[in-house]
Amino acid sequence: MTMTPSSDGNLLEVKNLRTYFETDDGTVKAVDDISFQLKRGETLGIVGESGSGKSVTNLSVIRLIPEPPGKIVSGEILFNGTDLLLLSNEAIRKIRGRRIAMIFQDPMTSLNPFMKISRQLMEMTQLHLGHTKAQARDHAVQMLETVGIPDARERADSYPHEFSGGMRQRVMIAMALSCEPELLIADEPTTALDVTIQAQILELIKTLKRKTGTSVILITHDLGVVAGMTDHVIVMYAGKIFEQAPTKELFSVPGNPYTKGLLRSVPDPTAEQGKLYQIPGLPPDVAHLKPGCPFAQRCDYTQDICRHEFPPFVQLNADHYSLCHFAREVYSESGGTPA
Amino acid sequence: MATEKKQDHDAPLHIGPEMAVAEADLYPEDTGAFVHGTSLWRDAWRRLLKNKLAVFGLVVVIIVTIASIVGPTVIQRVFGFTPDYIPTHDIRLTNSFPPFTGPSGEFSWAHPMGTDNAGRDQLARVLQGGQISLFVGILSTLVSLLIGVSYGAIAGYVGGRVDNVMMRIVDVLYSLPYVIVVIVLLSMFRSQTPKGQLILLFIALGSVSWLTMARIVRGQVLSLRNQEFVMAARATGVSNSRIIFRHLVPNTLGPVIVYATLTIPQIMLTEAFLSFLGFGVQAPLASWGSLASDGIQNIAIFPWQLIFPGVTMALTLFSLNFLGDGLRDALDPQMRTV
Repeated sequence: MTMTPSSDGNLLEVKNLRTYFETDDGTVKAVDDISFQLKRGETLGIVGESGSGKSVTNLSVIRLIPEPPGKIVSGEILFNGTDLLLLSNEAIRKIRGRRIAMIFQDPMTSLNPFMKISRQLMEMTQLHLGHTKAQARDHAVQMLETVGIPDARERADSYPHEFSGGMRQRVMIAMALSCEPELLIADEPTTALDVTIQAQILELIKTLKRKTGTSVILITHDLGVVAGMTDHVIVMYAGKIFEQAPTKELFSVPGNPYTKGLLRSVPDPTAEQGKLYQIPGLPPDVAHLKPGCPFAQRCDYTQDICRHEFPPFVQLNADHYSLCHFAREVYSESGGTPA
Repeated sequence: MATEKKQDHDAPLHIGPEMAVAEADLYPEDTGAFVHGTSLWRDAWRRLLKNKLAVFGLVVVIIVTIASIVGPTVIQRVFGFTPDYIPTHDIRLTNSFPPFTGPSGEFSWAHPMGTDNAGRDQLARVLQGGQISLFVGILSTLVSLLIGVSYGAIAGYVGGRVDNVMMRIVDVLYSLPYVIVVIVLLSMFRSQTPKGQLILLFIALGSVSWLTMARIVRGQVLSLRNQEFVMAARATGVSNSRIIFRHLVPNTLGPVIVYATLTIPQIMLTEAFLSFLGFGVQAPLASWGSLASDGIQNIAIFPWQLIFPGVTMALTLFSLNFLGDGLRDALDPQMRTV
């Protein structure tokens, strides 16, 4: 299959993706009809509460949805113009790790406890780049140095339990980047780490991204991380994209009540606050969604129409979309002028 | 602990080796070489050595194994007879003598365990029997390992309907009384040569003893396959067969080793039982079971014919079981902190 770069500079284009899970409790629409694009060299942030479909979206992209019970029901995932959903298992395996790499949330469990760090790193390049053992070893050590593991040559033969959490996440990053992928998916790469290490890891991803020109999808529920790292942001809720905008725009003029709620619930260290704001209620059960807006139960703007009719995806600006009946109102309230 | 101290703090960020100097400035105490922690296996080994019974078992197993392998050859060199040597030149010698006794009742080093009915040296027979018993035990365990581990790992990793069908087959085979299966197998294909009979014995024992191994490995893989490192391996494009055999199977090694060491004595016992019934090893080859079977016919007159093979076998089986128990304790992750 030939990979023709699409003319519009999109590395990844997801169109109408639906990923459902069949459970005893009914069909869980974990990801329901979402579309987005990622340009070459850009960073996309995906934010949302737990269970909003962030991770499922990205597992769908590299076709790692556990099947059954999961299933990608419909949609297209165009990577460099090729629909990944149409590829054979063999072909997708050649893309995983080589062209699309992934960093997982918990570095403590993402490394095989019985394999030396060096061998886990070597496996990648031997598999994808056809390295010999010696080449792969040199490359592994070099990658470990790149991600800032001191004494990389000696430490390469350690087992994962001899490394701390931050170091293991560095190893994961080294592994993900060792084949110079075009797309790096980082699924909450800092959630399991403490704050000082978080900053280091994010800085590392940023620097390496600058060096290699890799596009990044960063999944997180930390809005601070998104603000500092990304070019575009997608806000997900109940398997839908609620708002999609360039990062600056999203933070300055949010066009969706849910995004506003999220932004309000970030503590502001400069202002003495009483009780921290929290969005009332809980995320809905995606197996039994009522008609109407899934956020209606928790929203300050709710009107009758919200409970009966599914909201439209309103374009507010060139790159700014919001899923809300009152998107324009919310947008103007934030200080924006709808196009 | 020095190793822990090293692991506690993370190195500061530096991109590329050019910043290594800054790193050293920040952590001047980090001048020494990186200290390796103790590996899982070394930890387990240390715990095993603390267990006296297990060490006893290990020593006995090693001694019995070495004696069985080199014993018959040594005896042949020193005294000049093979295990199946019947002294036909002198009719007085084809008789059963008690231990350390010569033909006319005097003390003799020639037969420390006495001789059997045909005048064959009992010690040589026991050692050669040990060879066969251990051989059968180990080889059949390897067969069961090979089948059981692959079968269980595939069933556990693939899961779903495949797993269901594969494990129901195991259940059905489980429900068959396996001694009877082995006896039927052995009598159906009864071989004319002793060697052929021995090979049949391997096949029969190996093919029924992999079931528990398959279940153990499947259980392990079932809990491992949902761990993130398997997902991470898949996300790097590793093939399924490689994930099963390079990533998952090594992680199940602890329980597998333990169960394998406990399977060896079990199979040896079954072999002895079969040989005792006359289905196993055929003369002139001997196993502990067939020796005991010969011995029991003369228990009232020549008790040493039963006692020596019997005691040797019991001692070896005990030791293997002690060793297996010790390994289980040593490899148990719950015991790590001890």
